[in-house]
Amino acid sequence: MSDRLLLRGGRVIDPARGVDAVQDVLIEAGKVAELGPKLQPRGAAVRDVAGCVVAPGFIDIHVHLREPGREDKETIATGTRAAARGGFTAVCAMPNTTPVNDSAAVTRFVMDRAREAASVRVYPIGAITKGSLGEELAEYADMQKEGAVAVSDDGRPVGSALVFRRALEYAKGLGLVVIDHCEDPTLSHGCCMNEGPVATRLGLRGAPAVSESVIVERDIALAELTGGRVHIAHLSTAAAVDAVRRGKARGVKVTAEATPHHLLLIDELVREREYDTATKMNPPLRNERDRLAVLAGLKDGTIDCIATDHAPHTVDDKRVEYDQAAFGIVGLETAVPLALDRLVRAGHLTLVQLVERMSSAPARVLGLPGGTLAPGAPADVTVLDLARRARVEPETFASKSRNTPFGGLELTGWPRLTLVGGRVVFDAAEPAV
Amino acid sequence: MSAPFPHRHLLGIEPLAAEHIVALLDTAETMREVLGRPIKKVPTLRGRSVVNLFYEASTRTRSSFEMAERVLSADSLSIATATSSVQKGETLLDTAKNLEAMNPDMIIMRHGSSGAPHFLARHCKASIVNAGDGAHEHPTQALLDALTLRQKKGRIEGLKVAIVGDVVHSRVARSNALLLTKLGARPILCGPPPLLPIGVEQYAPVTTRIDEAIEGADAIMMLRLQRERMSGAFLPSTREYHTLYGLTVERVKKAKPDVIILHPGPMNRGVEIASEVADGPYSVILDQVTNGVAVRMAVLYLLLGGGGGEA
Ligand SMILES: [Zn+2]
Ligand SMILES: [Zn+2]
Repeated sequence: MSDRLLLRGGRVIDPARGVDAVQDVLIEAGKVAELGPKLQPRGAAVRDVAGCVVAPGFIDIHVHLREPGREDKETIATGTRAAARGGFTAVCAMPNTTPVNDSAAVTRFVMDRAREAASVRVYPIGAITKGSLGEELAEYADMQKEGAVAVSDDGRPVGSALVFRRALEYAKGLGLVVIDHCEDPTLSHGCCMNEGPVATRLGLRGAPAVSESVIVERDIALAELTGGRVHIAHLSTAAAVDAVRRGKARGVKVTAEATPHHLLLIDELVREREYDTATKMNPPLRNERDRLAVLAGLKDGTIDCIATDHAPHTVDDKRVEYDQAAFGIVGLETAVPLALDRLVRAGHLTLVQLVERMSSAPARVLGLPGGTLAPGAPADVTVLDLARRARVEPETFASKSRNTPFGGLELTGWPRLTLVGGRVVFDAAEPAV
Repeated sequence: MSAPFPHRHLLGIEPLAAEHIVALLDTAETMREVLGRPIKKVPTLRGRSVVNLFYEASTRTRSSFEMAERVLSADSLSIATATSSVQKGETLLDTAKNLEAMNPDMIIMRHGSSGAPHFLARHCKASIVNAGDGAHEHPTQALLDALTLRQKKGRIEGLKVAIVGDVVHSRVARSNALLLTKLGARPILCGPPPLLPIGVEQYAPVTTRIDEAIEGADAIMMLRLQRERMSGAFLPSTREYHTLYGLTVERVKKAKPDVIILHPGPMNRGVEIASEVADGPYSVILDQVTNGVAVRMAVLYLLLGGGGGEA
């Protein structure tokens, strides 16, 4: 097969360069070679994408691939196939594996497995502290040398303000971002949903919104103190959005992400679905006021990007009592259609804004390659079919797990084609293997 | 005979309309009459099978259900955590599947997790009765309390009912507040702020002052202070709790002279209730026991299709 490919007649949206025009894209040797109207194929394979959107490859900076250690939930192979199918060309792999990715050896393992088995690019995230125990810093430089792009103790947030301060300082010297799952566990201990009238009615222990915002405020204050860079993972509350907005206004180096579920769902769903554990995640679904604040934050740029917090779990981990169930839902194969249908078609974001928040913004937040279709850039491309209407069918997921509250939803706008380094890793026109 | 009872499960008071609560109470009154007979046994549910699945120790509720089953001649089987595979780590799903294989008509479950009966209802064909789930609901307790109120006061509508104590951990408080509101009574919830969950006003008016709650009350429901669940600095001491919220003879004087006092049991004497009050003339605890059996008979009878299935 030729390593030259011509994407013909698509609407190219490249927010990094301010491009939104119908253009052909010529790909050569894994890179974007040329863009322009009516390019000559010159021997390249031609792919007609008229009517589709051609965007820089989407990047999900918050994914749990579960390998090593919980290959029953997901592997690097299945998780990245899910990513490709969902329109993503790169994912960042959270370090809460078994063992925790807190050393060069584990980072190297993830990179090696990715080279052998991954469908899309994998960027490992190292742990902030050894074992994610919140005590001693992990060896960031070692992990960075093996390919780690940031550090995080996602899921086991650093309790000590001193340790978090040191992490910001140390990471700053290496140009690394510290990603924080902001949660004060003394306020959220034993909780399984959002605190409020719904939790009270259901008799479930609720975590107050403040358990998130109090740590967001701390992190921003420490980033300001140290000059380090902090990225707030899966921001879910109005108070946290406000804290980030104020921090940015003061010039603090803070960025933030939001998940599709926090942008679209609220805690009422736990009641509507009568304790369905597919509604259980951490942070929990919040109330409507929080949801609208997160959405407003995404619109006005306070929240830089969308990330899925793809958290695969086995049926057994979820088919139990609500308070016993594992936290989290899968997101890679639903994020793009949800965003196209519920954010863009619904009028909350323009298509250009959405493309920016899923490609160039996540690349900028963590300093990753990609996020643009500039000539010479890697040919990581996400092609979107805005007209396709289809149902979310968890049974067809490439992911090993099916834990989603979005099953059965009919959505308009789906990934059509995913290219990584010029290679087709997903093609909606081809039946799944 | 009125319209058939429209619910297959009793997961809480919340899904019940007022008329169906009244139907349950009316049926319970008939059942109480059966309990007054010299031979307390009717063949109504002969051939129907009921499983009592208790994940939390509860002598009171469990024996009440077992008595109801015996009087109605149902075949019953009780599974308590101490004697089953539950303690060996069997999941609720596996337990549900195993029970399903026995094809019971009804499963009565007590469980520490809110929503566990809803889970069971999704995975079993049997009728599910919630005998208390986490801090969610305890519908048969609310029904028996309502039956007691109706028996003692002749009505429920318009009654001022103070519900006092550990509201946050109490499924009894939630079910009672829902039921009383549906039947037109005026419940008022009372406790120290750490024991009042966020959004509790959705059920009823709330006060943190016990005297205000008790003032002119027709009935007082004292909640058990669930000390075993207090893992998070709710209160400094049971002594101070008694000083501020304990039901004493002095405090009872602020209520109506014919006030009645209910307690779901077991009581912490000297904590939420003084012994002189617990043993006093306004206590209806023994009536609650009889009414408990009658209400559970009514639940069995109505959910299992009024016994009309016997062939
Ligand atoms: Zn997290
Ligand atoms: Zn996560």
